[in-house]
Amino acid sequence: MATAASVPAHRGIIRRPTATTGWLSWFTTIDHKKIGILYGVSAFAFFLVGGAEALLIRAQLAKPDNTLLNADQYNQIFTMHGLTMIFLFVMPMSAAFFNYFIPLMIGARDVAFPRLNAFSYWLFLFGGLFLYSSWFLGGAPNGGWFGYPPNSTTDPSIGMTFYAIGLILTGIASSAGAINLAVTVINMRAPGMTFFRMPVFVWMGLVVQFLLAFSLPIVTVALFEMLFDRRWQTNFFEPAAGGKPLLWQNLFWLFAHPEVYILILPAFGIISEILPVFSRKPLFGYQFVVFSGIAIGFIGFGVWAHHMFAVGLGPVANTAFGITTAIIAVPTGIKIFNWMGTMYGGDLHFDTPMLMAVGAVSMFVIGGLSGVTHAVVPSDYQQTDTYYVVAHFHYVLFGGAVFGLFGGIYYWWPKVFARMLNEFWGKVQFWIMLIGFNLTFGPMHILGLGGMIRREYTYPASLGLTFWNQVATVGAFLIALSVLIFIVNAIVTQLRKPGLENEDPWDARTLEWTTSSPPPVYNFEEIPVVHALDEFWHRKYAEDKEGRLIRVPAGASDDAPDTHREHAIHLPSPSFWPLVAALGLPVIGYGVLYSWWLVGAGALLAIVGFIGWAMEPPVAD
Amino acid sequence: MADTTTHAAPAEHTSTGLPSTKLAMWIFLASECLLFGALITTYVLYRGSSTTPPYQHEVFDIAYTSVSSFVLLASSLTMVLSLVAAEKRDFARMRLWLVATALLGMTFVGGQVYEFTSFYHEGLKIGGPGSNLFGTTFYTLTGFHGVHVTVGILMLLSLVGMSWAGRLPDDQAFPVEMVGLYWHFVDIVWIVIFTVVYLIPQPKPPGT
Amino acid sequence: MRTKRWLAFGLLAVTLLLLSCSKDLPQNTMNPAGPTAQTEKNLLVLVLWPAALVFLIVEGGILLISIRYRHRKGRDRMPAQLHGHTRLEIGWTIAPAIVLAVIMVPTVSTIWQLARQPADAMQITVEGYQWWWGFSYTDPDMQTAYGDHGPIMTADVMVIPAGRTIDLSLTSLGGGAHSTNGIPDHQVIHSFWAPRLFGKQDVIPGDQTNHIVFSADEPGTYYGQCAEFCGLQHGRMKFRIVALDAAGWQHWVEAQRQPAATPTEQLAKQGMDLFFGTNGEGGQCIQCHSIGGTDAAATAAPNLTHFASETHQCFAGCDFETTDEAALKAWLADPNAVKLGAKMPDYGLTPDQIDALVAYLYSLK
Repeated sequence: MATAASVPAHRGIIRRPTATTGWLSWFTTIDHKKIGILYGVSAFAFFLVGGAEALLIRAQLAKPDNTLLNADQYNQIFTMHGLTMIFLFVMPMSAAFFNYFIPLMIGARDVAFPRLNAFSYWLFLFGGLFLYSSWFLGGAPNGGWFGYPPNSTTDPSIGMTFYAIGLILTGIASSAGAINLAVTVINMRAPGMTFFRMPVFVWMGLVVQFLLAFSLPIVTVALFEMLFDRRWQTNFFEPAAGGKPLLWQNLFWLFAHPEVYILILPAFGIISEILPVFSRKPLFGYQFVVFSGIAIGFIGFGVWAHHMFAVGLGPVANTAFGITTAIIAVPTGIKIFNWMGTMYGGDLHFDTPMLMAVGAVSMFVIGGLSGVTHAVVPSDYQQTDTYYVVAHFHYVLFGGAVFGLFGGIYYWWPKVFARMLNEFWGKVQFWIMLIGFNLTFGPMHILGLGGMIRREYTYPASLGLTFWNQVATVGAFLIALSVLIFIVNAIVTQLRKPGLENEDPWDARTLEWTTSSPPPVYNFEEIPVVHALDEFWHRKYAEDKEGRLIRVPAGASDDAPDTHREHAIHLPSPSFWPLVAALGLPVIGYGVLYSWWLVGAGALLAIVGFIGWAMEPPVAD
Repeated sequence: MADTTTHAAPAEHTSTGLPSTKLAMWIFLASECLLFGALITTYVLYRGSSTTPPYQHEVFDIAYTSVSSFVLLASSLTMVLSLVAAEKRDFARMRLWLVATALLGMTFVGGQVYEFTSFYHEGLKIGGPGSNLFGTTFYTLTGFHGVHVTVGILMLLSLVGMSWAGRLPDDQAFPVEMVGLYWHFVDIVWIVIFTVVYLIPQPKPPGT
Repeated sequence: MRTKRWLAFGLLAVTLLLLSCSKDLPQNTMNPAGPTAQTEKNLLVLVLWPAALVFLIVEGGILLISIRYRHRKGRDRMPAQLHGHTRLEIGWTIAPAIVLAVIMVPTVSTIWQLARQPADAMQITVEGYQWWWGFSYTDPDMQTAYGDHGPIMTADVMVIPAGRTIDLSLTSLGGGAHSTNGIPDHQVIHSFWAPRLFGKQDVIPGDQTNHIVFSADEPGTYYGQCAEFCGLQHGRMKFRIVALDAAGWQHWVEAQRQPAATPTEQLAKQGMDLFFGTNGEGGQCIQCHSIGGTDAAATAAPNLTHFASETHQCFAGCDFETTDEAALKAWLADPNAVKLGAKMPDYGLTPDQIDALVAYLYSLK
């Protein structure tokens, strides 16, 4: 890093912006907090779109032989529903929380590479928009989120080419973000913040970044191979030329299985923060929760073919992967038991964040149990590719991840926006969402075992499963109602004037709560010195000789912000080069679809962006 | 309210003592191992699977590729020499060796372009009618590697330009070391590719 | 909290109840009709017991803890700040591991059991097309009595003798030599699934052939469909397996070994002429369909030799009942209109031509 004396005084190509307020500042921001908000708002917008797609699916399946959507429309909608929820909602919403809170929780001023952080956000957004532009440019992806060739490589619609390019773009964004956050956690912890004094949320974040860094390259190769097959008639998955469709499946699931842990671990981290605060006792078995998260990360690379039990890998492979899949249930169970241990004997305050967290744990358990039944390979021959699997993954992803993320939203809203979401309506949202969720996905266990396959746009009345389909549809609309309630709650809340009566409304445990709400751009007046896990808690409370807690007298701890110190806090200035560089990549993407000139233009834009980025001084003149 | 003055950041203090950029580069290179791993796996999976010609033994000129491999290996040597010069603060010499590295890299890439063109004229295609799995996997794997070399050349030339214009920070050896890490990695990947693709013979289809 | 627990528990109970006793679900995995599906169901039920136990312990535990330790207004207590309990950790690591290990024993043995291919099983090749199923009886005693004595071939309905072990070879073929409606024919992945008889196995294009070994305990009709997303009409790529008793099976085999019946009735004769293009009119049908004992031997579309036989209950991806004359007419008039993306082109047939063709098809018993 440059020292003040050694950076020659010069300009970049264009004057570097300085403003940190105003609408334009959102385009040039490199502040992890603003980027976190950008991620969160974008992710939520995509959640609504993905939810609308889900409602269309459920409306179509409410009746047998329904004609609301034809086969072609349905295939695009269910594909986009999956892609949106996974890549454009859960992952970026998790990124929102990681971005906003990891630096605060470890006592840092920002992430390791702030401009790279902005680049990741813009590329994610452009990648998502690129994917959605397909609706208007010939058709959305229609081969399922898993895109199995030869169907996906031979489908005449342009949609699956958008799929390949779009996911390459968002994959690059996530990879850059992964390196950034991993280095941040490893290298930028405050003095005294050893690895085992980090909050579990930060640990889960670290594991997720490594999962991303090592799994994304594999699917990137697969996506390029699919793109080449579609665009330039290569032979990677072409059986007539000797290509093997199963190569895609192996490469894809080598990524996509770790991906499911990428999707759930952030929520596990949030739950691990909320439960102790609202139980008013520490996380039970902190080291075990941490180690089980690491174990899940490692073992997660060894189970991928359990998505392929019915493709004919042979009894040896099926046996091996059945066993590894059973093994991975153990560290997951450890977390559940430790969360129960956290609540046990506590003083449980069921505010909305706590309701969401406990709901997430309970619903995840159901999904986890159905997951164990998948490990019973011969039984999986019946379960796979049916609604039973749809039930399983929605219980873990919606039940676990989405409830967990909502918990984080309610928990940290006051920190980010200096207002409290309405507690009554929060509870209303929770209960309606819980009931709606169970009505939607509970019956899907029956639908699956009763013989309904996945990904079918219609079914006959003679299947005998009309009733449970109707129940699921009703449940889906209840979920929509609960989300609407949340949106109204959020809007009404934000219309109030900011300002918290109590800046530590939940009596929390971790460092982000030592700052003002919202935190100043530099996060901490002075970088905190950390002496313990749950550092903030220990500044407020000390244990007497019986191990009971007593509140430390005011002023005796050093958590009160010192407003009289004058410091020169050095922060890099905003920049627009990350946005420019990021913009070049989807242009290349359009070029691959339509014209080599566009490829050139996009490449030029990206290169100019990167050079400008490299050349600009760390701060504006 | 603290004063956020706008002057450059002080020397970086990190929890591990490793500079963040170096840590980032290592994690990035680790992820690149998986990228090339998947590409090489695809190649190996499909080795001997082509149903139509041309086949490997018909087009490869091992002697030619050995020479260009040597050129790339030599570029790693010049890269090291550049870093040594930078550490001695002889920045003119550093730039010289960086240019040499870039030139050797360009020779390698140029050699590959020539090689691929001649393969194409012998009927080896990446896709479309008349293509086979050998062409598909060969061009993809070596193409990805070639792109990585090209990006490396761009980074080398950028370093030269920025150093010459006085735009690098005082410790010029650090960015040179970072680019050096990347360059050596790309070189090592080539050694693996050259061995797996060129040196290990493929089973010949019957009748050839 | 209470509501949540009863809700979840109630759902589980209803699930098991409804599935176990429902006879109205033609594709119910929990109502097996053959040893393969029965084995697979037994394993699931075996696992569901410990799963239900874990469910009760964990969810019940969460519920009880939530009630017991919830904050009561006015009573502010700081709970004991427990950090952990190593022996508990070891316990709840080892106990689930043991349960899982126990579950994996019958799991692994069943994997191997189901992978066995008995030498005396009847061999049937299953062919997956977009979007219908073809069946080819490859055993030497199942050859046709005409032409080059190839295997008996049917589509949409697989007929088997009840009680006999069948070994299915699963292959994926393209839609055939060409397509005249602009949609090219492709080999894609399918999956063959008849839930009451067997769990699915995928059908992979290329040189991989997967196998399913099964038998049907009793004569009857068993329903199935493609279970791996295969494009537009994945949801309507269905089939049936009709198991016959011994006498019925003999009778069926004999009938199938014969070539197609030559129609005697006037309208049906007209239909046949149209089908083959004998009088210069029509003739497109034989570009894709085959009729046993004639020159029509194309394999791009279903074999129609015994289209109107009693066991051939359905057509067009088993989407319509063969006896549904209106459906057959609608199909011939414009396949794409009744099944979006269907590879059979619209030949612009007049209602009279359709009537004739229908009469011909119904004569193919």
